[in-house]
Amino acid sequence: MILTWLVAIPAGGGLLAWLTGRKNPQGPRWIALGVLVVELAAALMLTARFADRLWSPDQGRWLTTVKIAWIPSFGINFALALDGFSLLLVLLTAVLGIMALASAWTEIKERTGFFYFNLLWVLSGIMGVFLTMDLFLFYFFWEVMLIPMYLIILLWGHANRVYAATKFFLFTQISGLLMLLAILGLYFLHGRATGVYTFDYRELLGTVMSPGIARWLMLGFLAAFVVKLPVVPVHSWLPDAHTEAPTPGSVILAGLLLKTGAYGLVRFAVPLFPEAAASLAPAGMALGVVSILYGALLALGQSDLKRLVAYTSVSHMGFVMLGVFAWNQLALQGVVMQMICHGISTGALFMLVGALQQRLGTRDLKQMGGLWDSMPRMGAVFLLFAMASLGLPGLGNFIAEFLILLGAYQVSVLWAVLAAIGLVAASVYALRMLQASFHGKAVHTWQVPDLALRETAAMTCMVVIIVWLGLFPQWVLNTARGPLQALQKTAVVRTQQTPPGIVRLISQQLAVPPLEGGRP
Amino acid sequence: MNPDAWRAVMPLVCLAAAAIVLLLLIPVRRRHGAAVVVALAGLAAALATLPDLSGGRIVQVTPLLVFDGTAVVYLALFTLAGAVTVLLSYGYLQTYDGRREEFYLLVLLAVIGASVLAVSNHFAALFLGLEILSIALYALIPYPHRTGAQLEAAVKYLILAAVSSAFLLFGMALFYAGAGYMTIGSVAALLGNATNPAIRWLTAGVAMMIVAVGFKLAVVPFHLWTPDVYQGAPPPIGAFVATVSKGAIVALLLRLLPPGDLPRGFIIVFTAMAMASMIAGNLLALRQNNIKRILAYSSIAHMGYLLVAYLAGGAMATAAVTFYLATYFVTNLGAFGVLTLLSGPEKDAEALEDFRGLFWRQPWLAGILVLMVFSLAGLPLTAGFPGKFYLVAAGVAGARWMLVVTLAITSTIGLYYYLRIAVTLFARAPESAGLRPGPALLGRFTLAGLTGVLVWIGVLPEAVIALIRAFL
Repeated sequence: MILTWLVAIPAGGGLLAWLTGRKNPQGPRWIALGVLVVELAAALMLTARFADRLWSPDQGRWLTTVKIAWIPSFGINFALALDGFSLLLVLLTAVLGIMALASAWTEIKERTGFFYFNLLWVLSGIMGVFLTMDLFLFYFFWEVMLIPMYLIILLWGHANRVYAATKFFLFTQISGLLMLLAILGLYFLHGRATGVYTFDYRELLGTVMSPGIARWLMLGFLAAFVVKLPVVPVHSWLPDAHTEAPTPGSVILAGLLLKTGAYGLVRFAVPLFPEAAASLAPAGMALGVVSILYGALLALGQSDLKRLVAYTSVSHMGFVMLGVFAWNQLALQGVVMQMICHGISTGALFMLVGALQQRLGTRDLKQMGGLWDSMPRMGAVFLLFAMASLGLPGLGNFIAEFLILLGAYQVSVLWAVLAAIGLVAASVYALRMLQASFHGKAVHTWQVPDLALRETAAMTCMVVIIVWLGLFPQWVLNTARGPLQALQKTAVVRTQQTPPGIVRLISQQLAVPPLEGGRP
Repeated sequence: MNPDAWRAVMPLVCLAAAAIVLLLLIPVRRRHGAAVVVALAGLAAALATLPDLSGGRIVQVTPLLVFDGTAVVYLALFTLAGAVTVLLSYGYLQTYDGRREEFYLLVLLAVIGASVLAVSNHFAALFLGLEILSIALYALIPYPHRTGAQLEAAVKYLILAAVSSAFLLFGMALFYAGAGYMTIGSVAALLGNATNPAIRWLTAGVAMMIVAVGFKLAVVPFHLWTPDVYQGAPPPIGAFVATVSKGAIVALLLRLLPPGDLPRGFIIVFTAMAMASMIAGNLLALRQNNIKRILAYSSIAHMGYLLVAYLAGGAMATAAVTFYLATYFVTNLGAFGVLTLLSGPEKDAEALEDFRGLFWRQPWLAGILVLMVFSLAGLPLTAGFPGKFYLVAAGVAGARWMLVVTLAITSTIGLYYYLRIAVTLFARAPESAGLRPGPALLGRFTLAGLTGVLVWIGVLPEAVIALIRAFL
């Protein structure tokens, strides 16, 4: 039942926030804070409750499940289930929800009730996406999280918000509808073969189909996930949406919404269609590498700080694409790490950019420079997250990208090498970003306050998390291992390659079994 | 006629009785409220006396009419939609200083016509039903007549409807020439038999009837009247034309050519009409600046979507079409309902510009309009979501991939203009005189009810789906 609460608490809180907002504009943010604290507490309670089972592979696949008949005529259930993989993302959602709230605290002044309603409903939809086991319900949540996000960009965004919001909505809508077609195709295929018409993911796994059909259906799923991730060439909604969204919107977009695409790939797209995934794997890895390099290249050329960070997201999500299609234990562990670390680090960067914009009234790098003098604390935090973004060892992102590269190397040396070039480009854009804003000559003499108490507190949390992930990644890796192995088993393993010696050595050090899988 | 037949035909009797009572009442005592009460009583009685024909029972009433589960579902839809139209019109006509009472008489007649269409089993009944419906609409479209545009719309509708009736009659004649009788139930079987020597007469006859059906459904290329009529008609009648008048034709189509066993030629024709409607309807709506016209073009596209499920055939088609139509009824009645409440005696709320920033001045009304528009776009938590899902499911079950992919792409195009309405409603606008809703309390309650139904179907569609499935 607690899983239902994870979805219901933000939704109910959102309605409450909206209603109070009509009387008292200060009320909603306190309600949202209360709701999100309860949400985080619930997520932590879940973690504590299953702590002993999290790492043991033989305790059954799901830690806890919920199943209530919803539309029996179609075999649709309100089915939620939790495993380690979902749990990690639930925790990420709860944490970033609070961070988004922190960045909204003073930035959102108008129509606060409706804003916090939308904020909480996005979170509710995202929770649903990470927990659902019914493909119809998945599509439902997938669409539900879209609408409030659209409204957040549309109503509280910056100058070009209508264009950005509409583009965001249209891109995700068309790709979502293609996924719906694929879901329905799978539903009827399975129903006709077995006589059981159901949208239940666990039953649909292993549906037998011809390679041609499997490929088309997989492409339907891929359309939705690749647009959300996003992968070049369907990434063009992202820079606009991120740039025009208010800070909390950007935090949620970059930190969570992109992760739903990655989650969909790992949870649904590959396990449901393992053969098709194997045949598409070279193309998938190539697209991943193209995204890494192209995103980094475009990030290099931006002068709008927010747009720059947005393009780095494209680059970082390219690693996810690469890792998913490498589909071995190392790469998948890396993908999970990347989802979490990118969520934290880019979320933090967007919060910092938002804080800068609130103070300076501009996001233009050419107008900045020498800000360290007036804002040393913000500068230090900015430095840390810029380093995280470029993959400095000791911070979480390093572990993630390193694991993905190792995993990809087992499958294709070429793509791994090319992807590694992306790390070089990352150093250039991250350093340039830092250089042009906090170092160098000041164009203007800014007299601006440093991070306030609320911002410092939020940033401290983020810093602690990213450093913890970098120094002690084992907790996350262990938690993700069981579910990832189960996912790999469903996507039948074929070619077992013996990895090069160095890879084996490092995997032993990291206690990640390297031979758990080859390519799908 | 046996007792079963009498029981089955009671809804039509109730409606007719209410119409006669109203007819007699008006010369004696002209009272707006009384007219509304009589009309509502008639509709409620019709709804209450609907026979329970679930599980495939069929009652034949004379050779002309046949009552079955499908007909009962459609009759229920028409009477409910008629009641909503009456409730919405009350506030709208309150400020009208002409004669108001005849309006309700015409609405009752239109509902009778639509109901007869839905239960017709014979070309004679079909034609009677269609003409009762059309003639009532000729008068309703320019009813509280203020501008030339309304008359223009009415005349356009009159001429085109007359042409389509002519096509229908000619088609019937051709069919009769080939078959020797005019029973609707026999059409599909006769058409399916390619060895029939008269097959050319039959095909030509049914093809001409399809022209008439296409005109009333407003599918491309028979759609030209739609935007003008939607714009010219008062909003409650716009709702009625969008829902009951089209629903009656859908019911007729399901009886005339049941989905599934269409001859190949007709499948091609319907596929072409569906594709053209989805594409043209959505593209033409993109640049409209009048909400009524947007709704008109969107309804063209929606009829295209509906044909996708119809063409899919199979067990799901009829249920999918009917369920979609039910959600479409709720949504359109709601959308036009908001327009009705915002329309005053001087002018109707229709220019998109007038709606700028309405959400911040009239949060409830604008919020309802946003919900209705989202439902048209098929977004979750509204009735449009399960409706569209059902359609697409039927299309995929019938493996009509080209049609469902077209549906997906064109409905994304359509999303653009729905979002435009939402953007306008949410825009930051200076306080202006803008649109002010009338004090129509009855209309507000009706709208609240419609919104409740919209969200209820959107979140828990099972009850309605199960009900429809039990009757079909």
